Amino acid sequence: MIHFQNVTKRYGEFTAIDNLTIDIYEREFYALLGPSGCGKTTLMRMLAGFETPTEGKIFLAGQDIAPVPPNKRAVNMMFQSYALFPHLSIWENIAFGLKREKMPKHDINDRVDEMLRLTRLEKFARRKPHQISGGQRQRVALARSLAKHPKLLLLDEPLGALDKKLRQDTQFELMDIQEKTGTTFVIVTHDQEEAMTVASRVAVMDHGKIIQVATPDRIYESPNSVYVADFIGDVNLIEGTAKLNGSEAYAMSWHEGHEPLTVKSPTAFSDGQKCHLAIRPEKVAISAEKPAEADNAVQGRILDIAYLGNISTYHVELPTGAVIKAQTANTRRIARRAFTWEDTVWLSWTATAGVLLAD
Amino acid sequence: MRRFVLIAIPYVWLLALFLVPFAIVLKISLSDAAVARPPYFPQFDWAEGIAAFIAELDFENFVWLTEDDLYWKAYLSSLKIAVVSTFFTLLAGYPIAYGMARAPEEWRPTLMMLVILPFWTSFLIRVYAWMGILSNEGFLNQFLMWIGVISEPLTILNTNSAVYIGIVYTYLPFMILPVYSALERLDGSLIEAAEDLGCSRLTAFWLVTVPLSKTGIIAGSFLVFIPVLGEFVIPSLLGGSDTLMIGKVLWEEFFSNRDWPVASAVAVVLLLLLVIPIVLFQRNQQKQQEAEQ
Repeated sequence: MIHFQNVTKRYGEFTAIDNLTIDIYEREFYALLGPSGCGKTTLMRMLAGFETPTEGKIFLAGQDIAPVPPNKRAVNMMFQSYALFPHLSIWENIAFGLKREKMPKHDINDRVDEMLRLTRLEKFARRKPHQISGGQRQRVALARSLAKHPKLLLLDEPLGALDKKLRQDTQFELMDIQEKTGTTFVIVTHDQEEAMTVASRVAVMDHGKIIQVATPDRIYESPNSVYVADFIGDVNLIEGTAKLNGSEAYAMSWHEGHEPLTVKSPTAFSDGQKCHLAIRPEKVAISAEKPAEADNAVQGRILDIAYLGNISTYHVELPTGAVIKAQTANTRRIARRAFTWEDTVWLSWTATAGVLLAD
Repeated sequence: MRRFVLIAIPYVWLLALFLVPFAIVLKISLSDAAVARPPYFPQFDWAEGIAAFIAELDFENFVWLTEDDLYWKAYLSSLKIAVVSTFFTLLAGYPIAYGMARAPEEWRPTLMMLVILPFWTSFLIRVYAWMGILSNEGFLNQFLMWIGVISEPLTILNTNSAVYIGIVYTYLPFMILPVYSALERLDGSLIEAAEDLGCSRLTAFWLVTVPLSKTGIIAGSFLVFIPVLGEFVIPSLLGGSDTLMIGKVLWEEFFSNRDWPVASAVAVVLLLLLVIPIVLFQRNQQKQQEAEQ
């Protein structure tokens, strides 16, 4: 539905968006994820019409939207600060866009009531924005931006101002509403957990470029670069050189005097090519004895234990000085934990657990 | 005890510098004019006692104000001049304040300085300067004749137009500053939100910017309206013989007629007239403070 074609945006010397081409499909929940300053907000503001690309074109439903001003676009935006009109009541805020369309009064009433029901705000219709809580304000902003039946809804860090618990609830609410209304949602966020939870596809951005676009599970399980692997979740990165060892299998030598690691990788590496093994902490098993049938096993000493309640993360120092994180679920009570600080343990993982990434 | 002293200071201040002088003016307004020094009667005399003193006071001067149509015409004309010039000050001040609030951050202190700069020169000198600009041989007429817009000099000085120009010029900063402070606080994303929801630039301005700067507009309007109502210097220097303002009447009663009691009565009525807008102004300020909390 949306097509960015070689879009570049420059502010003086600074390039915010660098020759970017992406597609966003209908009814999709698309997340733009990246650190602050990566250009994700600029991208969204170009969709809303507050910025125009320096080069390239943006198509919405096949039509070049460059000449269309923001007030004529079938695109609505939910602002990071919510941007609720402080002088208007909740009801008037939601009705604001409808009134501009010269909708008959009766229809406006119906539509506003419908939006109030959808966002469970019926009780607050007469209040002013400063008389309701942050979570309620966020729902008003959502109701207001959805009221006009936009083809595309843009959400700029919509949950940033909420506390964690409320944020989680709201994430599910957002997904529900997106499903009910069938609107295409594009969300901008720097919170990777939020992007993974709500989005059907995630685009990881850095320095004005899209690094990877994929479903949340693919982004997590098979990142295409060290940057993505490192940005999404926790990861162990082991540097080494690859050597082909069977079909799609490599022996990665990572430190002199240690056995090379066995890794399966669908992407091809030439012999002696520098590479990184990215492996998630929860895919690394920890044990007291050397496991008999593991593809990879290394010995180390427990440096630190982070107890998070449901899981614990062990920081294990290898003889080489590198620290590997291993995560286990705390299925037993803490008093019966098998390992403690300074214990010597074995870390092991299978050949398919990690991803081999080029430098 | 310390708290009591702290509270007492402003009250003593108000009592000594506002209430006592007002009581004196009120007393004079209830007296009769006399060819004496001071030029009114009665004077308080310990020997006769307070009852005899009060018995001498009457509302004669206030009755006089209603009988001679000069006074209510002057009040009305002042009111009209104050309303019209407040409107023009707003018309001139709002765009300036808007421009300042939209200017790049690093420019704002400089712009603010420029607005305040005229205060560094005496108010009287600035009004005299306008006489030089507006007179028949003044800069304005010379300039207009030079560019060929007019062939005969316009008579501006000593008319109501000159008074309006003088007032708008003098009181502009009092309008700009509160409007600017309201506009500066305005969140830019609100305007974007309005545009996003289908407003053109102009409707977004009317529906969002203007209502949200309302407190600034009201504050600025009162800051201009209240002093202009009693303005004396500008009409007497720039205005003509037909410019009727209560400040001028007051001055003439005091210094030309030496009729202190009538002059005091004029002042008391003016004060009563001003109490209404002042109370409204206070209420606006209070509302604004509550909204900010």
